[in-house]
This record gives sequence, C-alpha cells and structure tokens, in this order.
Amino acid sequence: MSTHDLTVPVAAPATPWRERLDTMVPILVLAPSLAASFIYVFVFTLWTLYLSLSNSSLMPTYGFVGLDNYASLWANRRWNIAYTNLFLFSGFYIVGSMAIGLLLAILIDQRVRGEAVWRTIFLYPLAVSFIVTGTVWSWLYNPVDGIQAFVRGLGWTDFSFALTANRNTAIYAVIITGIWQSSGFAMALFLAGLRSVDPDLVKAAQIDGASVSRIYRRVILPTIAPIFLAVAVIQIQFAIKTFDLVAALTRGGPGVSTTFPAIYVYDLMFQRGQIGEGAAAAMMMLAALAVVLVPYSLWIVWRRRAEGRNG
Amino acid sequence: MSTLTIRNLHKSYGGLEILAGINLEAQTGEFVALVGPSGCGKSTLLAMIAGLETVTSGEIWIGDRLVNSVQPKDRDIAMVFQSYALYPTMTVRENITFGMESRGVPKAAQEEAVKRVAALLQIEQLLKRKPGQLSGGQRQRVAMGRALVRDPKLFLFDEPLSNLDAKLRVDMRTEIKKLHHRVGKTTVYVTHDQVEAMTLASRIAVMNQGSVQQFDTPKRIYDRPTNMFVAGFMGSPAMNFVPARLTGSTSISVRAADGSGATLTLAAPLPAGAPKDVVLGVRPEHIYRFTTDLKARKPAVESMQAPVELVEPTGAETLAVLRLGDLEITGRFEPDEAPVMGETITLGIDMSRACLFDPTTKALL
Repeated sequence: MSTHDLTVPVAAPATPWRERLDTMVPILVLAPSLAASFIYVFVFTLWTLYLSLSNSSLMPTYGFVGLDNYASLWANRRWNIAYTNLFLFSGFYIVGSMAIGLLLAILIDQRVRGEAVWRTIFLYPLAVSFIVTGTVWSWLYNPVDGIQAFVRGLGWTDFSFALTANRNTAIYAVIITGIWQSSGFAMALFLAGLRSVDPDLVKAAQIDGASVSRIYRRVILPTIAPIFLAVAVIQIQFAIKTFDLVAALTRGGPGVSTTFPAIYVYDLMFQRGQIGEGAAAAMMMLAALAVVLVPYSLWIVWRRRAEGRNG
Repeated sequence: MSTLTIRNLHKSYGGLEILAGINLEAQTGEFVALVGPSGCGKSTLLAMIAGLETVTSGEIWIGDRLVNSVQPKDRDIAMVFQSYALYPTMTVRENITFGMESRGVPKAAQEEAVKRVAALLQIEQLLKRKPGQLSGGQRQRVAMGRALVRDPKLFLFDEPLSNLDAKLRVDMRTEIKKLHHRVGKTTVYVTHDQVEAMTLASRIAVMNQGSVQQFDTPKRIYDRPTNMFVAGFMGSPAMNFVPARLTGSTSISVRAADGSGATLTLAAPLPAGAPKDVVLGVRPEHIYRFTTDLKARKPAVESMQAPVELVEPTGAETLAVLRLGDLEITGRFEPDEAPVMGETITLGIDMSRACLFDPTTKALL
C-alpha cells in the first residue's frame, strides 16, 4: 500500500439518499415483526376484550351487554373446575418439573459416566409432541390394557393404578404426564447453568469448609437463580396453554374433572357458538397470566432500581 | 521450623507428566513465590497443596502432618484465586463469614473477626455491597479478607494480581508485602510475573516444564541463575546471551560487529573441565559506557566496541540495542551517559557480574 492511500478518505461522502437508507434499514427490517406483534398481541387482545363485553354468539356482533358474559361464565360449574385445574396444574407442574429437572441436573453434574446418553434420554420427551405424549400415557393409565393390566398380569391381581378413571385423581395423571414431558427440558437448562458456574467458586467454598449440600444451597444455586426464573416463565406459559396434552390424555374427563380453560374457550367459541362468553373466558386466562407476570416484571424493575441505588 | 514441605511430588494426567519430582519447603513465616511461564505446572502445584488436585506420587506436609489425602477444608489453608472467586450472590460481609459459618463459628466471634479484617484491609464501607458492585482492586481486597479471616497455617495465592491494571497491580503488590510483614503467615504465591516474585518473595522457586529449576533467594536467583532458563526468565529486559570461546584459563573471545574477535578477561578462572565453547550471560544493567574512571571503580570491567542500532529512552533509564557479531544485545544506561543511535560506543562489561553457561547443558559454569 502506498502512503498516498492514507490521504484518501475512508469512504466517499455519503449522499443524503444513502444516509437516509442507512437509518431506514433497521426500521424496515424490524417493522413487519413489530407490526405483527402489535396486531396479534394488542389489537386482538383489545378485540377479544370488546367481544367479551358483547352479545356475540355464532358470529361476532357488537351489542354491548356489560359484564353479563363474565357473570354467566363464573356461574358455570365446569368453568370453575377448569380455572381451579389451571392453578392446580400450573403449581404442581412447574414446581414438580423444576424439582425433578434440578435433581437430574445435579446428578448428571457429578461427572457421571455416559453423561451424553443420560442427557439425551432425559431430554427426549421434549422432542415428542403433547399429542403423542398424551396418547401414549392414556394407554399407560388405561386400567384395561395399561400399567394396571401389566402388573396384574405379573401376578399382583389386586394392584390398582387407574388415575384417569377417577374424577378426583385424573388431574394428577395430567400433572404427572406434564412433569414427565418437561422435566428433561428443565434439566437441560439447569445443567447448562450449573456448568456455567465458575469452578473457582466451588473450590473456594471447599476450602472454606462447606459441605457439598451447602455449596449447592448457598453458592451454586443462588448463582444460577436467573435460570430458575427463565425455566419458571417458560413452564408457566406451557401450563396456561395446556390444551393438546389434556385433549389427547383425558379429553377433559372423566366428566368435566380435567377440563382446562383453553379447552373450555375452544368449546364455547367453536363448538357451542358462544363467542361472547368464550372471549370472557379467554380474558380470564389472560388475567391468570397477568397475576404471575405483572408482579414478576414489577420485581425486575424494583431490583434494577435497587441495584442502581447501591452501585 | 517449616510449615510446608514437598517431597518428590509427581503429577500426571494420563500419560502426560505435569509435575516431575518437585521438592520445596517453606519455613514458618516465609513468603515463597512459584514463578514460571504458563504451562510450567505452578498452578497445578498450588492446587495440589490446597488439596484441589490429587497427588500422583510424592508427599505434601503442612506443619507436621502428611496431607496427601486430607480434604481441602481440613488442611488449615486459605487461598486467594486469580478470579477472586467471590460468591456473587452474597454481600462482602457474607463472603467473609461464609467459611466461619460453614465451620459453625459463633455469631459474636464472626462479627469480631469481620471487624478485625475489614479494618486491616480498609473495606469497612464495602461490607454491605455485592461483589458485582466493587472495582477490581476492591474485589482483590475482599478476596484477601476472606483468606485472612481464617487465620490459617498457610496462605496460598494464585496469580492474585493478574486481573488488575498495571498501576493497581503495583499498589496491591506493595500492599500484599506490607500485609505479609504485619500478619507474618507462611505464604505460597504463584505468579508468572518475575517482578512480583522478586519484590515479594523471601525465596523464589523458578519452574519450567514441570520441575523446579532453582529454589533460592531473589538475590541469588538474579545474580547466580543455575541455568540459562532461569537467567533468561528472571529480569527485564532479559539477560543477554553471547556465544564465546575460551582462549585461556581466564579469557574468552566474543565476536564483535565487524567480525573480529574481542578478548574479555574473566573475573575468576573457570573450573577445570569447562567446555571450549561457552555462553556469556550479561544483564543489561552491567553494560556501561567505558571510561577510565569506570575501570578505576570497577576493576573487572572489560571493554569492547559495539555499534548502537536503536535507543529507547524510558525516562529513568535508556535502553540501547547494540550489535555484537550477528546478534543484538540490550544495554541499560543512565540517561546522561546514554549512547545515541548510529554511534559506535566503547562498552564496559562488568565481568564480575557476568555468568558463563555451558551451551549444551545450559547449566551455569
């Protein structure tokens, strides 16, 4: 390179057209997804809110009926069961899959032999769709040709395992299946978290005289707290959307014992032609999400402010 | 009495030998530095002393106890890590008390100890903060606080200053030295920085490729390095190595820039059996501008001519690159008697400070 080159400006002076394009590109690239998010999230949410206050039946209509749909919704026993199930399922499913996932992750983190094999086995259920999981588990739960029949065939003739046949226990069958499906996913995230912890921290804690359980409790797990939150948030939205798992596993039964809000909304809107009440039920699902996510975002904001103050 | 004794220590991973027969000891209150290039095994050695790595063979004694298979927590040691390894979710106070808490020290005693250490390291105002809110130097102090609060038999430092910027590193180095004087605990300090080793240690173990090359006081290591590795590693700019030929029992000849030989008289005769070809090792600060006055002050000074290729003034001293045969050597001059570029200077080489090495074994003659 000759010294002459150094005197030439790095780029020719940008034309206004070029300059404008440079500033436009990011906006152009982002615009479609921003518009889509805006329409799908806000416009449809508001539309659903409006429908929930209307007298829509088979088709959306816009006669304003106030909170009538909500009143009739909450007067329905099946909806009450569905809404209770949602909280029951979410609670057990999230806590259960996180606890089992964490346990598996900690066990695998002990540098076990054939780690990759274990990881694949535990992660495999996630690769199976909820429909398949639900169908297969419905066979397992089926007293006539499932686990109960198998164990009885081995000779324990009074063995009883028929969770899905009983309206009081059917919901637990759904919970167990859900946990089976997603604890491997939780494990994968937790394992990644455990592996990201600075090994020096563990060594320092060893020299400090902490026992293994103390090292996990006080040093490692607090360090990966953000992963707990991430797993919980992902699981919550799985739980609230629960539809196909239940559809395949119990079809909401026996009776209405495993009805979930998503199933109920689908029923009202597309089977029974009660779009107004269906919209009201959908709004209640949104409320359930908000109950969890609003305090969470407030907490994040609060924490950021608190850190700003101390730092 | 020695606090740490290491006998014939070996470490290998599979077939790869990391440490090959280390022998070391640290007297009570002594500050021993392990120094060497990266990959020389110094950090592995420290981890083995701490009990974080298993011993392949050999013995590690702390006090009068063989600790080969003793858990880290029972070795009565404290360690400062290169990454500081502060628990990120705990406050500074909790970081310092975690060890005592794990060992079931009563709350009141913990409080007492935190107060003492915080005052010693001047970190009282940081106790409520989390490590993420501290600067590098503050983290360094907290890490030392966590080690000091234990009052162990042995302190281990694993390159504690290498994450700090240059100025802070010098400050903290001084601080560690002061702290060691005040606390007087036996310390093993790993570093790749030979200046840190020289300034801090009472004895230095220079390591290379899994073995201790020399274990001695900083002065002996600097003045009489046992081999060319130690000579080249310790000191900056490094010692100059010049091939030379023995021309008599007390004289050698080196090649000057014009190809002619310059004869230098040795300060002391070489031992019998020395090879004909030797390597002359001269530190940059033992090269002067030759004057009769200098010869009168330092009778062992020998003179020779050398062209000056490059001059690097640093303020306090001026480094000059000089041509000798087909190699370049560095001389360190007082700024007011420094050569200028292009000049051919008459060098005065202080032969009483020079070292001679065997070019095949690399050992000091």
